[in-house]
Amino acid sequence: MKKVGSYLFLGFFTILFAFPFYFMLVSMTNPTVEIMQGKLTPSTHLLENWRNLRATYDIGRVFMNSARISVLQTLFSITIASLAGYGFEVYQSRAKNVIFHVLLLSMMLPFAATMIPLFRMFGSFSTTIPFIGLDTVASVILPTLSTAFLIFFFRQNTKMFSRSLIEAGRIDGLSEIGIFIRIYMPTMKTTYAAAAIITFINSWNSYLWPLITLQTQEKQTFPLLISAIGAANNPDYGLLMVAIMVATLPTMIVFFSLQKYFVAGMLGSVK
Amino acid sequence: MRNRLLLKKGALTGWCFIAIPTLLIFFFSFYPMVQAFMMSLQSGTGIGLSFSGLANYRRLFSDQTFLAATKNTLTFLCFQVPIMVILAMFFSVLLNNRALKLKGVFRTIIFLPAVTSLVAYSMVFKSLFANNGVINGILLRLSLVSEPIAFFSSPFWAKVIIVLAITWRWTGYNMIFFLSALQNVDPSIYEAARIDGASPLKQFFNITIPMLKPVILFSAVTSTIGTLQLFDEPMNLTQGGPGNATFTISQYIYNLSFRYTPDFGYASAVSYAIVVMVIFFSFIQFKVGGDDT
Repeated sequence: MKKVGSYLFLGFFTILFAFPFYFMLVSMTNPTVEIMQGKLTPSTHLLENWRNLRATYDIGRVFMNSARISVLQTLFSITIASLAGYGFEVYQSRAKNVIFHVLLLSMMLPFAATMIPLFRMFGSFSTTIPFIGLDTVASVILPTLSTAFLIFFFRQNTKMFSRSLIEAGRIDGLSEIGIFIRIYMPTMKTTYAAAAIITFINSWNSYLWPLITLQTQEKQTFPLLISAIGAANNPDYGLLMVAIMVATLPTMIVFFSLQKYFVAGMLGSVK
Repeated sequence: MRNRLLLKKGALTGWCFIAIPTLLIFFFSFYPMVQAFMMSLQSGTGIGLSFSGLANYRRLFSDQTFLAATKNTLTFLCFQVPIMVILAMFFSVLLNNRALKLKGVFRTIIFLPAVTSLVAYSMVFKSLFANNGVINGILLRLSLVSEPIAFFSSPFWAKVIIVLAITWRWTGYNMIFFLSALQNVDPSIYEAARIDGASPLKQFFNITIPMLKPVILFSAVTSTIGTLQLFDEPMNLTQGGPGNATFTISQYIYNLSFRYTPDFGYASAVSYAIVVMVIFFSFIQFKVGGDDT
């Protein structure tokens, strides 16, 4: 009896949670008028919507912009955060623990407060070091390249990394960084996968900071494009839904292909 | 002895590992925070700033737009965070049942909203709740309403939709933390409680909740910080409207800096209002839910 309740509760919410995805899928295949009337059955306008999207916006370029930023951000962020998480856990000292706790405080600093100084900082880079100034890929990535959340995440997971592996590496004559690269990184694959999912999704979807720093249309990422399409007076919803789907697919693919590591990786973070 | 050796060897190497990540956080988070504070003590538009003491902060209290944005943000916070945390906890407790079938399907679908972009799902919700959209269609067909609800013209419904939307996006994400924590709980504790005759409800309140306390705290604090900075959804779903009904503090900061004639000094003061609220709510949550040790 109790079990029936569980199924009903979970089933109800699962349908509720899946519904916007269903609507998204169906709407891709419908013309704008019917989407606005709330049509819930698929039709045959998918290709037409896709063609309209291609004709109006340079979707390939937007995709490349988003991909370039997210892939670079993910690679650099997880490397940097894992170095720090490993460093804080393996080479513990009182001073380092104090610094670690100060870093954790940065999680409480609202981005809304740092964005204006950051905007001015990158504005001044534009004249001094142009390749990291406003409107560059670097300017999007740099402020969140190193985050306390990811460092904390790697440190928690490092607690499960066997110290005897470090000893073995030293006996084999590996340098400290060699131990990190040759032993730690391959052993911690699940942690890296979980961190990669989180970072990629955050970076791919980030909106406010790119909105501020990316000023030319050539640099536009998906969230900026979708926001621009939707803000029009009479948005073409068919075209919009296709754009949303194209923008959502990569994060879904990343999630589904790494899902099994994700759950395992998250498990390590709360131990 | 061995530990000591390990420590010595690591003395310098350890600093090399943490140096760059630490400096980056100082340079791109702490330093701008200090700059924002210095700026909040200055007045003027554009680049012609001059020192004005606490004038910006005094201005906050008589600024109707700021007060409205604060009220909206706190309203979202008070409803959204508890609803989401409780829902995430329920899901995780039910999904932690080993005997449950379709567990993977439930878990995946409830988590899936967390991969979507805030801007993208805002647009989807916008069309779902349109005047002649799907939701109104269903309500009409079920005869729950006699005419469509103009969701986005009603201050009340616009707020409800924002809360619904955020809950949809973030519940699964928080559920994962709860699930991970639950999987670390030793099942024999429940076994023992059952033998002692504790009802499932008693087990939930006396075992599950205390075990989950650190995660509840983590989830509540991070969601509070997120909601206090709410920007993407009101910007794309309701444009802050109708009127100012869903306008948030972050939107106000954005407008002050990038839409109106830039007033960086005052915008920084507004941003420090968020800082104060983050500290205040985190402090309360740590007091209420933190370890007693």
